Order: sequence, then C-alpha cells, then structure tokens
Amino acid sequence: SFTRRLNELLANFRYEDEEFFEELEDLLIESDVGFEATMHIADTLRYESKVQNVRSMKDAERVIVQTMVDMYGETNPDHHFFNENKDGLTVVLFVGVNGVGKTTTIAKMAHQYIEKGQKVVMAAGDTFRAGAIEQLHVWGDRVGAEVVSTQQGGDPAAVVYDGIETARNSGADILLIDTAGRLQNKKNLMNELEKMKRVISREIPDAPHETLLVLDATTGQNALNQAKIFKETTDVTGIVLTKMDGTAKGGIVLAIGKELGIPVKFVGLGETMNDLHPFDTEKFAYGLFKELIEQTA
Amino acid sequence: MPFEGLTGRLQDAFSGLRKKGKVTEADVKDVMREVRLALLEADVNYKVVRNFVKTVREKSLGEEVLGSLNGGQQVVKIVNDELTELMGGEQEKIIFAEPGQGPTVYMMTGLQGAGKTTTAGKLANYLRKYEKKKPMMVAADIYRPAAIDQLQTVGRDLDIPVFSMGDQVSPVEIAKRGLDEAKAENRDVVIIDTAGRLHIDETLMDELEDVKAAVNPHEIFLVVDAMTGQDAVNVADSFNERLNITSVILTKLDGDTRGGAALSIRSVTNKPIKFTGTGEKLDALEPFYPDRMANRILGMGDILTLIERA
Ligand SMILES: Nc1nc2c(ncn2[C@@H]2O[C@H](COP(=O)(O)OP(=O)(O)OP(=O)(O)O)[C@@H](O)[C@H]2O)c(=O)[nH]1
Ligand SMILES: Nc1nc2c(ncn2[C@@H]2O[C@H](COP(=O)(O)OP(=O)(O)OP(=O)(O)O)[C@@H](O)[C@H]2O)c(=O)[nH]1
Ligand SMILES: [Mg+2]
Ligand SMILES: [Mg+2]
Repeated sequence: SFTRRLNELLANFRYEDEEFFEELEDLLIESDVGFEATMHIADTLRYESKVQNVRSMKDAERVIVQTMVDMYGETNPDHHFFNENKDGLTVVLFVGVNGVGKTTTIAKMAHQYIEKGQKVVMAAGDTFRAGAIEQLHVWGDRVGAEVVSTQQGGDPAAVVYDGIETARNSGADILLIDTAGRLQNKKNLMNELEKMKRVISREIPDAPHETLLVLDATTGQNALNQAKIFKETTDVTGIVLTKMDGTAKGGIVLAIGKELGIPVKFVGLGETMNDLHPFDTEKFAYGLFKELIEQTA
Repeated sequence: MPFEGLTGRLQDAFSGLRKKGKVTEADVKDVMREVRLALLEADVNYKVVRNFVKTVREKSLGEEVLGSLNGGQQVVKIVNDELTELMGGEQEKIIFAEPGQGPTVYMMTGLQGAGKTTTAGKLANYLRKYEKKKPMMVAADIYRPAAIDQLQTVGRDLDIPVFSMGDQVSPVEIAKRGLDEAKAENRDVVIIDTAGRLHIDETLMDELEDVKAAVNPHEIFLVVDAMTGQDAVNVADSFNERLNITSVILTKLDGDTRGGAALSIRSVTNKPIKFTGTGEKLDALEPFYPDRMANRILGMGDILTLIERA
C-alpha cells in the first residue's frame, strides 16, 4: 500500500537524520553502556550509513548488534565456557561488593547442580555481615545442600579450608564458596579475599575453577572499577549479572567485556532458586535497543 | 584517586577559559561538552544532565556573570553553585512526631540489597546517640531468607529492641502490632524494616502502600545505593509516586563511586537526601551535606582550589 511505502521511505530517511543517532545515543546512555562505548556504537552506525551499508531498519539492527557483540569480545572462545572439573571436585568462588546477590546466586547455582543429580557443598565464607550465615543455612535447607560454617566473626579462610575438607570427604561434585560483600577500594578486605583464594589453590592446585564476580545490573559506571580491581585481586573468570528482572539494563558489561575481557556467564532474573540463567550476548545486545527499533519502526 | 583523569580533563577545560576576559559562546560550548561527559561518567541521568548543561550555558552567557572574575572562574562558579542548588542547597533535618503525639514512625523502603536493614540499625543507633531517643526496630521483611535474624543480630549488637512475629504474618499486621508494642514499652521511635522489592512489582508495592496506611509514618525513607546508574530515576520516581516518600538515604558512599545518582534522584523526586551511609559498621551514618556531594560528583572541590591558585 501507499502508506506502507511512505512509512518505509520515512524510516529510511531517518538514517540520514541526525536525530535518529541522538536517540540511539540517549538510549545507550540510559542503559548504562557508558559514554565512550555509546559513541563507538553510534559512530560505527553513522559510518556504515554514510558508506551506504545501512539503508533499512533491519540493516541498522544488524550493525548495532554486531558492533556490540564485537566490542564485548564475543570472538574470545572462552566466553560462556564454564570450567568444571570433570573427574573431581569443582570449586567456585563468589566475590563482589555489598548486596549485589552473591549468596542468592550461590543458592540458585546449588539448586541447578542438585537438579542434575550432583552433590553440592556451600561454604559460608561471609562471617562478617549480620545474618549472613543463617541466610546461607536457610538456602541450604531449601535446595538440599550441605552448608559448612563457623560462628559470626570467625576466620573466613578457615571456613574455606573446612569447606574443602568436607566437600572432599563427602565426595561432593561442587563446592560453592560465599564471601562477604566488600567495596573494591577497601585494601584490607581485598587482601583478605586474596588470602582465601590462596588457601583454595594451596589445597587444590587447579582451584578455584571459576571465580565469579557478581554485579548488580542496577549499578552504573562504578561496575567497571569493580571489575578492574576484583580482577586484579582474584583473577575473576566470569560475571554473574543479577537483578535483570528490574528495569536496569546492565549495559556496563559491554565496556567490561571490551576493556577487561571478562565475560558474563549467568544472569539473575529474580529472587527464587529457579532464577539463574545462562547469558545470551545477542539477546542482551538486542534488548538494549529494542525500544528504539519498536518506537521508530 | 580513581577520578584523576576525569577531574584533570575538566580542570584543563576550565583553565583554558581562565585567561580570557570575556567568555564567548564557543568557549562555553567547549567547556560544557566536558562537563556533560563528566556528569554522564558520574552516572547522573542523561536528561538531568541535559537540563543542567542548558541552564549553566544560559547563565554563563547571561549578563549577570560579567564582573571582576575571569572567564574560567565565572563558569566554574556557576557550575558549582548550580550543582549545589540542585542537590538541595541546605541540609534538611529529620522529622519527629509532635511532642505528646508519639511515637515517631519511620519506614525503610527500597530495592533489594540497597542497605535498608543495615541503615535501620544505623539510624536507631544515631537517634539514640545524638537525639537521646529510645528507638525500637520492627522486622517486617518476611521474604528474604534470614532477614529477621539479620535485624535481630543488629539489634543485639546495639542493645536496641527488635519486634518480630516471624515470617508467617503479613507485614501490615507486624507493623501495626509493632507500633502498639512500642507504645506499651514507651519507645519513642519505631523503625520499620521492609523487604527489598522492585519498583515494578505491583503486589509488593501495594503491600508498602498498605503498611503506610496502617501506621502513618512520619518519614518514609527511600534507601538508595550510591553506585546506582541511570535507572535511579525510574526507581525513585516509582517509589515516590506510590508512597510519596519523605526523604532519601544514600548508602555505600565509602566506595569510590562519584554518586551522580544523588543528583538524579533529587531532581526527579524533589525530596531531600538526609543521610549517607559510609560503611558497614553501625555507626557509619552521617547527615547529608549537599555541597560536599556536589563537590564529589564533579571533583569540583579540587577544581576550585586549582583554579583559585592558578
Ligand atoms: N530482583 C532480584 N533480586 C535479587 C536477585 N539476586 C539477588 N536478589 C536480592 O538481592 C538482595 C541481596 O542478595 P544477597 O544474595 O543477600 O546479596 P549478597 O551479595 O550476598 O549481599 P552481602 O552478602 O550483604 O554483600 C536479596 O534481597 C536478594 O533476594 C535477582 O536476580 N533479582
Ligand atoms: N560499604 C558499605 N556497605 C553497606 C552500607 N550500607 C549497607 N551496606 C552493606 O550492603 C549489604 C546489603 O545491606 P542490607 O542492609 O542487608 O540491605 P537491604 O536493603 O536490607 O537488603 P534486602 O533486605 O535484601 O533488600 C550488606 O552487606 C551491608 O553490610 C554502606 O553504607 N557502606
Ligand atoms: Mg551474602
Ligand atoms: Mg533487608
């Protein structure tokens, strides 16, 4: 029909229209992608439009998603790969700042392994925060995992050691280690974490098999600092992006992928034990600008 | 210092203006580009940034700034004043019940993990110490595993009573009975801890409205993590719309975040930020100082000293 063709024409016209690019920039900024990454994506699209590679909304969609995926580092073969020790105990260490969802994520992951018929031990390495040990015990009862703990104020490294002992003695498949939330600029707390990691590696040379940094999707540009410093201290192997069931987009992980090469391995989509999911880069990239496509199309 | 780069660039931009007698439109435009970038990097919401930049640009070019100061100083001063103004200007005091009308009732609300429970404890401690109050806390989070244990542990550490009815009774009922208990026990401040929830969770937001209706709080605090990004405006707007919050408490400012969310929240809700959380310990609560926050967001303190010295 004529109207449809007119609309298509208008849609195409928008690509020469600076307004479209500005809307795209706003949307990316609003998703916490960060200024630099935003400009990179928008400028790539500007260039592709100029050299006539982009004429339709579909072309734009393809270029934007591809730019994000490239930038995030999808070409790295280690992305998404979850390192499990096939013929022995797998040890996973959870780190991150306060209140991001470490303990809940541990419960979710324990649930997944138990569903698969594996034996899970959880170590309550947060001996600092009020109620942290009880919280892990409640989860342990709910999902059916053994919890190793000491009293509040105890030595976290000792709990880690006990966790490894218990997991080994009981023939567990996987040990999930909780740690107290700590802000990355607290030197002494970061040292404590390093010490916990050393205890693990001393007991089991290949362990921890994964060190997961838990990031709250609601966090803005500070998440980049978090990733940088936790990586320096504990050699983070992957990210869990929690609270993606809210309205925050978690766009900062693109910059983290680009600058630090740390991949997102899981996303948290709620507060129950069933709310942990694998991360799908393309879906994520598409989700970031879906609104724009819908609003302009 | 994690922000040296950012502050350095801003400072360079301002210094560039310094020697000029009169600022031209192009000069202001250049410098405002840097300001915009710095604000975005500090997590100030992009719409708030846009308005801010527009206001500062207009004022910088207006007649009222032509004076004895040089160009750089003028613009720095306008940026600084405008930021402080947006942050609320004056420090605002916490609200108490009228004498004889007590007890004072406070409600802690916010997203998951923002710091509500910890801040409830800090606030109780603060009010006892600085306002000579006899606080009590009420455990109305029946959802999060061990939320009640957490509040009870905090209460025990502080030696401040915690009212709880377990996790099988509705938060509305717990809040009401908690208030009765406080009256009976002669406690003059009641702090109700609620479960973290998403602003888009209709059922749980309804529940907060019901708690509010049941106990008529003197203050409804929205507790916000200072590291929050662009989403801060959505969260603050929704909580405010549903509950008509009275003020904001900004937590985790002991980190290295710029805390631009503070500016966003303030400008969408127009509600004052009254306290800041600066650590995990139960004495790490401070009154909020708008000018200090303005300084922190752009590193303006450093810039002002450097410009003055130059
Ligand atoms: N909506 C939502 N809430 C979550 C998610 N993951 C965790 N939470 C909630 O976030 C809050 C904090 O979670 P925790 O698991 O205690 O976080 P933590 O990192 O262990 O916190 P600390 O030990 O205090 O540093 C709780 O209320 C959780 O229920 C998620 O994916 N979505
Ligand atoms: N560094 C620092 N940590 C804080 C501050 N305030 C709270 N925390 C920490 O943040 C984490 C979450 O605090 P909670 O008080 O449990 O948060 P909440 O809002 O009650 O969480 P939910 O009940 O799960 O929604 C804990 O690890 C606290 O110790 C602060 O000002 N600075
Ligand atoms: Mg925890
Ligand atoms: Mg709580």
